[in-house]
Amino acid sequence: MGGRQSSLRLALRNPGVAAGGGILVLLVAMALAAPLLTAFDPTELTPRLRLRAPGGDHVLGTDMAGRDVWSRVAYGARISLFIGFAAAVLALSAGTLVGLVAGYVRALDGFLMRIMDGLMAIPGILLAIALVSLSGASLGTVILAIFVPEIPRVARLVRSIVLSIREEPFVEAAIGLGTPTRLVLWRHILPNTLPALIVQGTYIAASAILIEALLSFIGAGLSPTLPTWGNTIAEGRDVFQRAPWIILAPGAFLAVTVLAINVMGDGLRDTLDPRLAKRVGGVGQ
Amino acid sequence: MGRFLALRLIATIPVMGVVAIVVFVLVRLDRGKAAAQLCGDICPPERLAEIMTRLGMDKPLWEQFGLWLLQLLQGDFGRSIQSQIPVLKLIGDRVEPTLSLAATTLLFSVLVAVPMGVVAAWQHGRWPDRLIMIFSVIGFSVPVFVLGYVLILAFPLSLGWLHVQGFQSIGAGLGGFLARITLPTLALSVIYIALVARITRTSMLEALSQDYIRTAYAKGAATRTVLIAHALRNAAVPIVSVIGIGLVLLIGGVVVTETVFNIPGIGRLTVDAILGSDYPIIQGVLLVFSVIYVLINLVIDVLYTLLDPRIRY
Repeated sequence: MGGRQSSLRLALRNPGVAAGGGILVLLVAMALAAPLLTAFDPTELTPRLRLRAPGGDHVLGTDMAGRDVWSRVAYGARISLFIGFAAAVLALSAGTLVGLVAGYVRALDGFLMRIMDGLMAIPGILLAIALVSLSGASLGTVILAIFVPEIPRVARLVRSIVLSIREEPFVEAAIGLGTPTRLVLWRHILPNTLPALIVQGTYIAASAILIEALLSFIGAGLSPTLPTWGNTIAEGRDVFQRAPWIILAPGAFLAVTVLAINVMGDGLRDTLDPRLAKRVGGVGQ
Repeated sequence: MGRFLALRLIATIPVMGVVAIVVFVLVRLDRGKAAAQLCGDICPPERLAEIMTRLGMDKPLWEQFGLWLLQLLQGDFGRSIQSQIPVLKLIGDRVEPTLSLAATTLLFSVLVAVPMGVVAAWQHGRWPDRLIMIFSVIGFSVPVFVLGYVLILAFPLSLGWLHVQGFQSIGAGLGGFLARITLPTLALSVIYIALVARITRTSMLEALSQDYIRTAYAKGAATRTVLIAHALRNAAVPIVSVIGIGLVLLIGGVVVTETVFNIPGIGRLTVDAILGSDYPIIQGVLLVFSVIYVLINLVIDVLYTLLDPRIRY
């Protein structure tokens, strides 16, 4: 236990983890406190006040339909952060399951990894577009479309760790002592995949937030009535030259959120998993 | 080499098989939807069954899959629901702008990113390295579409430079081509430069720590010679591999960039298909890009053996 605590403290002392994590905490607070921080309903249409420049009552201006851009940004953070978190947890769980089985059950390894190779060959964003446009965009289908293409990378990572750890003396000793496979996996192998998984999780969350915004932006995302960052940006497209704040405000929040998560991920990678630092790091969009 | 190539080609078969199954599932879902739509709001089960028979949906799944696969192999990717034009023709008509954008981005990114990575590794820990790494992290995080709009705002609107929208074939004049493709290329390149510069730096650092680098310096080779002829050559394999993986990022980025800059390419085709629920087009694009990805990986594997004679299959 001591080891884990000290590695957490070590991680927090990393400037990237501290800065990225700090900004992320602020963003989560902003999302949770959105009703307190905003004076307007993010979906309330007031055509009389359309395309107001930032300033006065409307700190970040209003959009085409007179909706308050700051309210849309604050409420949009809820959706973005939730999708990032959910996609990361789901992709990690599914990928870990596949990777553990592939790395431990030799008979299934070839079969499972070929499926993963095939999934990896399909561009994730296009697969997400196809899934969402076919099944209709709800929170569930959007998250599904985002996390499924992330599974193969997690599965490969876990499998490679399992393959190297199962050769370690302590695992051979455990097997030699007759420990059931289930326990070997749970007690000896899974904990050793955690640092790499945490790091991978941050990258998946960052990429999920970007893809959600991208789906909304091209019209394949959540219902346009919802105040997501991508939807707000998409609605600002036609009036961009007259009212650039409609795109720039949510765009800046999107970029800062993803940047904070990536910086935190890089810091975590350097402290938690020095071996991983050498491999390919996070891949954003 | 011939044997290696043959084995490598065979290895793509299961991958393509999985791709085919995934896309088929999508196709099947969409036929089900189409059948329900044809049947109308009040749909007696007999009538739905009749429509499904007409669409060939009563046959066993594996038979439907086989028929569909056979059509694919004959180059029949289905027709657009709205225009009834074959999907493959639609994609072919739009290929030039997309290919141009991908090529200029690839060229520009590699020309900028590899020197950046080399300098960062050479100046490891000093300010050029820091700056390049900061750029790299930011480059990963700024969404292409936000960057695109910032560029539009910064350049053509305030300076009156360049064209904001559209595409002109390179055959119709280099000036017009460059004026239109410069901004989308810049927007799309940033993430790619970030990725390639980062890997070049890591890979160069690894190479620079080897004994042969010390030997090269000891025998009096110039810094530039050591960096390029000794270190970069040995660092090339991971760099080439990431350039290939990064092409997947480009595919996603192209769809968005074409929307921002109003370029009539495959990305635009896809976005219009989404808005018109034209599923065969989306599936066709998915298939074509997956095949391209698999082929690119094949080419990269072949490049490995050329770049690094130690790699033998």
